[in-house]
Amino acid sequence: MEVTLRIRRFNPEKDRKPYWAEYTLKDVEPVDRVLDLLHRVKWEIDGTLAMRRSCAHGVCGSDAMRINGANVLACKALVKNYVKGERGRIQVEPILGLRVLKDLIVDMEPFFDHYRSVKPYFISDKPVPENGRERLQSQEVRERFDEGTKCILCAACTTSCPSFWANGTYVGPAAIVQAHRFIFDDRDTAAAERLAILSDETGVWRCRTIFNCTSACPREIPVTELIAEVKNAIVSGSPR
Amino acid sequence: MKVHQFDAVIVGAGGAGLMAALHASREVKTAVISKLYPTRSHTGTAQGGIGAALGNLEEDRWEWHAFDTVKGSDYLADQDAVDVLCKEAIDAVIELEHMGLPFDRTPDGKISQRRFGGHTNNETKQPVPRACHAADRTGHMILQTLYQQCVKNNVNFFDEYHAVDLIMNQGRPAGIVAVEIGTGELHVFHAKAILFATGGWGKVWQITSNAHTLTGDGNAILFRRGVPMEDMEFFQFHPTGIYRLGILITEGVRGEGGVLINGQGERFMERYAPSIKDLASRDVISRAIYLEIQEGRGIKGKGYVHLDVRPETVNKIFEQEGDPRRIDRHYIESKLPDILDFCRTYLGVDPVTEPMPIQPTAHYGMGGIPTDVNGAVLADEKDALLPGLFAAGECACVSVHGANRLGTNSLVDLVVFGRRGGKAMAEFCKQADFVPLPENPAGEVAAEMERIRTASGSTRVAQLREKMQEVMSKYVGVFREEAGMKQAVEDIRQLKQVFKTNLCIDDKGKVFNTDLLEAWELGCLLDIAEMTAVSALARTESRGAHSREDHPKRDDQNWLKHTFAFLNSRGDIDLRFRPVNIGRYQPKERVY
Repeated sequence: MEVTLRIRRFNPEKDRKPYWAEYTLKDVEPVDRVLDLLHRVKWEIDGTLAMRRSCAHGVCGSDAMRINGANVLACKALVKNYVKGERGRIQVEPILGLRVLKDLIVDMEPFFDHYRSVKPYFISDKPVPENGRERLQSQEVRERFDEGTKCILCAACTTSCPSFWANGTYVGPAAIVQAHRFIFDDRDTAAAERLAILSDETGVWRCRTIFNCTSACPREIPVTELIAEVKNAIVSGSPR
Repeated sequence: MKVHQFDAVIVGAGGAGLMAALHASREVKTAVISKLYPTRSHTGTAQGGIGAALGNLEEDRWEWHAFDTVKGSDYLADQDAVDVLCKEAIDAVIELEHMGLPFDRTPDGKISQRRFGGHTNNETKQPVPRACHAADRTGHMILQTLYQQCVKNNVNFFDEYHAVDLIMNQGRPAGIVAVEIGTGELHVFHAKAILFATGGWGKVWQITSNAHTLTGDGNAILFRRGVPMEDMEFFQFHPTGIYRLGILITEGVRGEGGVLINGQGERFMERYAPSIKDLASRDVISRAIYLEIQEGRGIKGKGYVHLDVRPETVNKIFEQEGDPRRIDRHYIESKLPDILDFCRTYLGVDPVTEPMPIQPTAHYGMGGIPTDVNGAVLADEKDALLPGLFAAGECACVSVHGANRLGTNSLVDLVVFGRRGGKAMAEFCKQADFVPLPENPAGEVAAEMERIRTASGSTRVAQLREKMQEVMSKYVGVFREEAGMKQAVEDIRQLKQVFKTNLCIDDKGKVFNTDLLEAWELGCLLDIAEMTAVSALARTESRGAHSREDHPKRDDQNWLKHTFAFLNSRGDIDLRFRPVNIGRYQPKERVY
C-alpha cells in the first residue's frame, strides 16, 4: 500500500516555528509499525528527521508520539490500524505539554522532575530478615500493586492529560502510578510521605477523571483507577 | 568543550552500569553517562528470569548452577569466574529483593522460580526451577529498581550524552569524551576510574532481538585504543524470536511447558535432546530449528517453526510425561502477559489459542572486553591490567558464558559483576590519582565527528548498514564455513572503505543530530563485524554458538582457549590466545 506520512517538523537551528511536512512511501505493509515508516523517511529520504527510539517493541518507552491525534508508542502502532485499503495518510506529531526540542523530540526533564518528586523508590525502616534471605510477601499483596510495576515512563499518559496541559506543575498520571506502586507494597514504609506529597495542590486532586491517560497507556495500566485508589487512600488516611 | 571531573565515571546505564553506579557512588564521586535515558536501556527487555540457586521450590545448589553454566558454555567459560557468578547470584538476587524488586511469589511468600533452558538438578538431570522472575518482565523490574535506587542515592546522571572516545595519556586511561546529544557539544569527563557497561551489538545482524541502539560502542572505542576483544566469534542466536521481526519470546514459555513443533506437527527437539528436549541450551535448539527448516520441515516449508504454549497441547504433554503440572488460560495470562501482548500486537496471533511462528534471532555477545572477576580490564592475553579501566555486563567478557550463554545468566552477570566492578572502582579511586589530561583530549574524535558531519559522498548510512547485516547474517550466522567467512572479511573491509570515503549525511546541524550519531554507531558495528568474522575464521572447530560446517567437532586439543583480537598499528587484526581456567569440571561431550 501507499502511505503519506504528515509529520510535524521543527529544527531550532533553522526554523522559526514548526511546520507540517509530507512524505509518501510506497510498498508499505499493513503490519509495518509507524516507527518503521519514520525510519524509512529518515533512512531513505531525509536524514535530518529526529525522533527517539530504541527497543522498537513497546518496552523501552522512548517513542511516545501523537499519531492521528492520540498518544501511542510509534513501535506499537501498526499501519493497518490507521489505513484501510490501498492508500492512506497518517499524521505524526510530538506529544503535547512538553517543549519541542527538535521534530518529534520533546524536553523530558519536567516529566522526570515530577517522577522524582514522589519518592519513586523503595523505602523501608524495617530491618531485613535475620536469616539473610528475602522479605516474605503474599501473592495477594504482590498482586495488589502489580499494575503500576508495568509502567515504562514513556509519558504517553501524562502528555495526554488536559489537566497537565493546562498546568504543568501537576505531577501527572505517570508520577502517581509510580507512587501507587510503592504505596500499596506492604514491604515499603513511606506511604504516608508519598500521600502527603500527592495531597498537595499539584497532586492527585488535579485529576478530573477524564480517562485520557488510561486510553493512552501502551501497557494497559488502568491509570485512572490507580489514581482513584491513591485519592481514596488520602481520604481514608491509610492505603491498607 | 566543557570539562567535568569525577572520581568514577560509568558509561552506560543498563543493569550493569546502574549496579556499578549504586555501589561506587556510596564511596566516591560518581557520574553515569548514557546515550539513552537510563530506563530505556535494553536490560529492560529481559523477560524470563534471573538464575540463582535459592531452592525455593525444589532442592538446588549453586554448584549445580555452576556446572550447568560450564556445560552450557561448551567448557570455554573460566570456571573460577563461573563459581563467583553462581555463588554470588544468590546474594545478588536477595539484594535486589531488599531494594524492593517486586518478584513473583510462591504460595509461602518467597521469591518464585521457574524452569529455564539448561538449568538442571545435576543428580536427576531434570530441569530445576531456578529462574527468579517478575512475570515475564524481570529485566524491566531490575532496571526500574536499580534506577529508582540510584535516584534515591542522588547519583549524577548525564542522560543523552553519547560516549565516543576513551582518553589515554601515556598508556593510562584518563577519562572519556562524550557528545551532548541535545546540543552536539563535546564534553570531557576526567576520571580516576572508568567503567564501560555499554551492552551488546546485535545490530551487526539482520534479525535480532536487540534494540536499534545496541551498536557495541564501548567495545569499538576500547578496541581502537588498543584494548583486545575476547572471544568475539561467539554470538548467541536465541532460538525463539518472532518470525521476521526478531522480537524475543522468552525461554520461560518453554519453562512453563511450551514446545517447539515443525511443519509435520512433530515435537522435533525429542530427536536432538532426548533428555531435556525443549529446554536444551540455546545454541543446540537454534541449530535444530535451522536444520529442520533446511530439510524442508519449516511450517508450510517456510523459514520458521511453531512455539506452542496452548493449554491443550501443554497439558497433554504433561499428562504423557507424568508431570503433575497443569496450565490454563489464566495461568498463561498471569505468567506471560508481555509475550501475549507482543504476539497479539505484531502478529495478530493469540498464543492461548494459536501457536507462535518463531525463528532464531541474534541475541547476545558472549565475548567482549576481557576482564578479571572484579571487572578490571585486561590489556593482553597474559592478564596484564589497564589500571583504572573497568567493564561489566554484556560488553565485557569475564568469561562466564564461554561459547554459549545459559538463559538467565545475562541478568546474573550484570548484577554480580556490575556490583563487583562498582566496588572495585571505588577502591581504586581511593588509592589512585587522576592521570593528567593530554593536550586537546577531544581533538581526535572531534575531527572524526566533523569528517562524518560534513561527508558528502553517495552512500546512505542505512544502505551500508543493511549491506553489513546481510553479509554477516549470510556468512557469520548460526552455521559457518571457511569460504563464506573469508568472503565476509573481504566484504566488511570494503564496506569500511566506503564508510571512510563515500558516506552521505543529510544533517549538517548540531542539535539532536541523530543522522551523524547513527553513522558513528555504524562505524562501531563495522569494526565489530570485522573482528567477529576474523576471530570466527581462525577457530577451526565447532563449540557452542560457533558452528562450522567444515569443522563440525569440538577440538579440545587445539582450541580449549580464548581468542584475543588486537588492532595492530597497520589497522589489521592480530589474534593471540589464552588458556581456559578449568576447575572442577573437565570437558566432556555435551549431551542434553
